[in-house]
Amino acid sequence: MNHGLILPVLLPMFAGCLLLCAARLSLRATRAVSLAATALLLPLSFWLMAQADQGVLQVYALGDWQPPFGIILLLDRLSALMLVVTAVLAFFALLYAVRGDDQRGRSFHALFQFQLMGINGAFLTGDLFNLFVFFEILLIASYSLLLHGGGPARVRAGLHYVVLNLVGSAFFLLAVGVLYGITGTLNMADLALRVAAADADQAPLLGAAGLLLLVVFGLKAAFLPLYFWLPKAYASASAPVAALFAIMTKIGLYSILRVYTLIFGEDAGSLANMAEDWLWPLALLTIGCGAIGALAASSLQRLLAYLMLVSVGTLLAGIALGTPPALAAALFYLIHSTWICAGLFLLADLIARQRGVKSAELVQGPELQNPYLLGGLFFIGAIAVAGLPPLSGFIGKLLLLRAVEPGLQALLLWPVLLVGGLATLIALSRAGSMLFWRVGQSQLDSAELDHGRLLACVGLLALSPLLVGMAAPLLEYVEATVSQLQELQPYRQILLPGGAR
Amino acid sequence: MEALFAVALGILSGSGVYLLLRGRTFPVVMGLTLISYAVNLFLFAMGRLQTGVATVIGQSDGYADPLPQALVLTAIVIGFAMTAFVVVLALRSVGEMHTDHVDGRESAR
Repeated sequence: MNHGLILPVLLPMFAGCLLLCAARLSLRATRAVSLAATALLLPLSFWLMAQADQGVLQVYALGDWQPPFGIILLLDRLSALMLVVTAVLAFFALLYAVRGDDQRGRSFHALFQFQLMGINGAFLTGDLFNLFVFFEILLIASYSLLLHGGGPARVRAGLHYVVLNLVGSAFFLLAVGVLYGITGTLNMADLALRVAAADADQAPLLGAAGLLLLVVFGLKAAFLPLYFWLPKAYASASAPVAALFAIMTKIGLYSILRVYTLIFGEDAGSLANMAEDWLWPLALLTIGCGAIGALAASSLQRLLAYLMLVSVGTLLAGIALGTPPALAAALFYLIHSTWICAGLFLLADLIARQRGVKSAELVQGPELQNPYLLGGLFFIGAIAVAGLPPLSGFIGKLLLLRAVEPGLQALLLWPVLLVGGLATLIALSRAGSMLFWRVGQSQLDSAELDHGRLLACVGLLALSPLLVGMAAPLLEYVEATVSQLQELQPYRQILLPGGAR
Repeated sequence: MEALFAVALGILSGSGVYLLLRGRTFPVVMGLTLISYAVNLFLFAMGRLQTGVATVIGQSDGYADPLPQALVLTAIVIGFAMTAFVVVLALRSVGEMHTDHVDGRESAR
């Protein structure tokens, strides 16, 4: 048994507990512990990715209780990829936070670590109830992180976010209850077997439970009827928190991908691929709503939150298409959109700091102190996020457009994606010309550009050209990921005696 | 017993949903609590409703499934923590915005 599998959960947990217990620790020491724990996740997740890339499913049975009776952690290429995306994102977000943002409220670092624990756990677990528990861990940490810094706007957005997610948790429990009541198991691989073997009279109930799960994951992923909490929450969160939250919608998308390929996948009999019919129209409508929201946004953060929505829609379209090239394109786009949106949130904060009371509102404001540096970064980030060549967004979108076969689906996806991209571009250029060109004569001398913050922001945005440079090996990896996801036999072998070593 | 149980669940969740859709934070919190009660009872019932059977095989004629009981215990603990959090948040929102409306401002009438 490979004990490395549980380290991405244990490391943040112990770091978080230490930071909570040692509240009297000096600020320097707190930051050092938090940064060290987050930085350690980087080599750890890359090591796990290398292990997963050997193509063998790694199973960690907690307490050596064999599945389906015990809870297992499951490492395949998909979860390893998500761990790497999280670790890189968290490192840069924390790098930004230690330059002062962590001082605006209490226990920032402990909460940050618990959030990481929940996220990593959600990516690793192979048990549906365990997924619920990790969801709750990451949610309760995110509630507090969202409120970090205080102020009426955050409390208002926080209240909506908390209440909605509590309702989501109730739905999750209902779905889990129904699935357990019918199949008698909560292990995902075992559930896949039982759902495939379900009687005709059990299928409707299982389908209802599956669609309830879709609502829950949809609330996390924020697609069309369930996204209304997102713009307000992301726009009011402090910058490092908003950057970390870039992964939150992806957790919902990951869960959709996991549950609807494994449990309700190809082999699920009458319930096979039942989510795809729902996801396809919702994905296109989400792109549309995101683009309209971006055009109408009144502040840069709000604009970015809507761009996040566009990326969710794009990813969802890839998942709904369900073909191997479309899924591979979606996974590539997922990496890109998580990192670049987070980088742009950090950049928006850097810009807002130089505009005094105008903050990042899209109105005429004072001249920036570093217009060329920040403007250049904004230009690069905008190109990447809008999907123009030569940066990574272009490759992701191009792959997705090429993955759809000629026909009705292409007729819908091409215009929606391309017009959505155009709307994104218009919104971003409008915001850019307002922020950098339509400025007054005066300059605020209060805010210096902090080099640590700048480094974190540039680091995240620089990942976009890096993604282009690494595109060939990365695409190979995501294609292998997709073929592993669609090959269900290895997942079933977990359940055989000796399957979990 | 099943019918009574089902009716109780229906009333609990119906009242919960009604309260959840109210405009003030206190009824919303009460609604969330009622819904989480209903959900916990539902989870509990997924081990099938039986009386007078032990959760250990061989102690009585049948046996009650212990797993839903464990699940519901976890769900209760988590739900309790979440309710405490949302109560504190609701109080904070009254303090910050001087109104207990969920949108943080009175609706214009």
